[in-house]
Amino acid sequence: MKKMRVKWWHIALLLCLALALFSPLASGSPDGLEKVAEDKGFIEEAHEAPFQVIADYMFPGIANEALATILAGLIGTAGIFVITYGAARLIRLGKDKKTGKPVKQE
Amino acid sequence: MHIPDGFLSVPTVATTYVISASGLGYSLRAARKKMGEKHVPMLGILAAFVFAAQMLNFPIAGGTSGHFLGAALAAILLGPWAALLIMACVLILQCLIFQDGGVLALGANIFNMGVIGSFSAYLIYSMTTRIIGYNRRGMLVGGFAAAWASVFLAATACSIELWASGTSPISIAFPAMAGWHALIGIGEGLITTAVLGLVTVARKDLLAMERI
Repeated sequence: MKKMRVKWWHIALLLCLALALFSPLASGSPDGLEKVAEDKGFIEEAHEAPFQVIADYMFPGIANEALATILAGLIGTAGIFVITYGAARLIRLGKDKKTGKPVKQE
Repeated sequence: MHIPDGFLSVPTVATTYVISASGLGYSLRAARKKMGEKHVPMLGILAAFVFAAQMLNFPIAGGTSGHFLGAALAAILLGPWAALLIMACVLILQCLIFQDGGVLALGANIFNMGVIGSFSAYLIYSMTTRIIGYNRRGMLVGGFAAAWASVFLAATACSIELWASGTSPISIAFPAMAGWHALIGIGEGLITTAVLGLVTVARKDLLAMERI
């Protein structure tokens, strides 16, 4: 059986997920654009989103705000990794089909 | 700096969507040409880092916070087209799943944080390392300058869009956006140089990847 070697990005992904655990510590103050919109009086022009999935980085239905934020952060971090890794993998497969070169596996 | 729906006019929405979609189309072509095996996990990791780090708003001053953008870091490590691809993936997910940034404003958000952020950073980083030299000092100075400028210029683009949409006059929107983001840019510079420093120590070979 082939033994799975730990690669640099396995550790990097764990570090990114660990970073998401700190999300409840983020500052709740408005960001630069929100602050400007409040100060200059155009914040009311913002529309609510037409649909909500994990709005405001809080997983719905969880009373504990810190837990809801951590869950949203973990889902988002893992999700974006899968999406971007997958997209890059597909782009690379497309390339190999085009040039006729075999896909090299490391 | 994610623009919600309601701030931008129809012509601004249409223009920014067209520019961002064309940019994204080109970045896919560039990626198809140059994507190597080592690029694949790097794209995924940078996107995951950008997403997680963007959640961690840091307080700056006067009851305002800022967050990391990540376009500069991605552009320095992987090149501007790959950085645009990464930023677009993050911004689309944030918009559709986390309701951060409007659906109509998505084109503008990809333009500001993806196109402007990535390309300004890449240009400034390339120029600085050419002047100072491609060594540790050139990399850190260039990285800081590129990161600061990417945030400042993305905020400037945002203020122009607000003005073009009739939401806020440029004489008000520009100084306000530029002022706050000149401060937020310092945070961007610190995070970017910290990660670049870490990569230099831990995996120097990752710095030598072909830029896309």
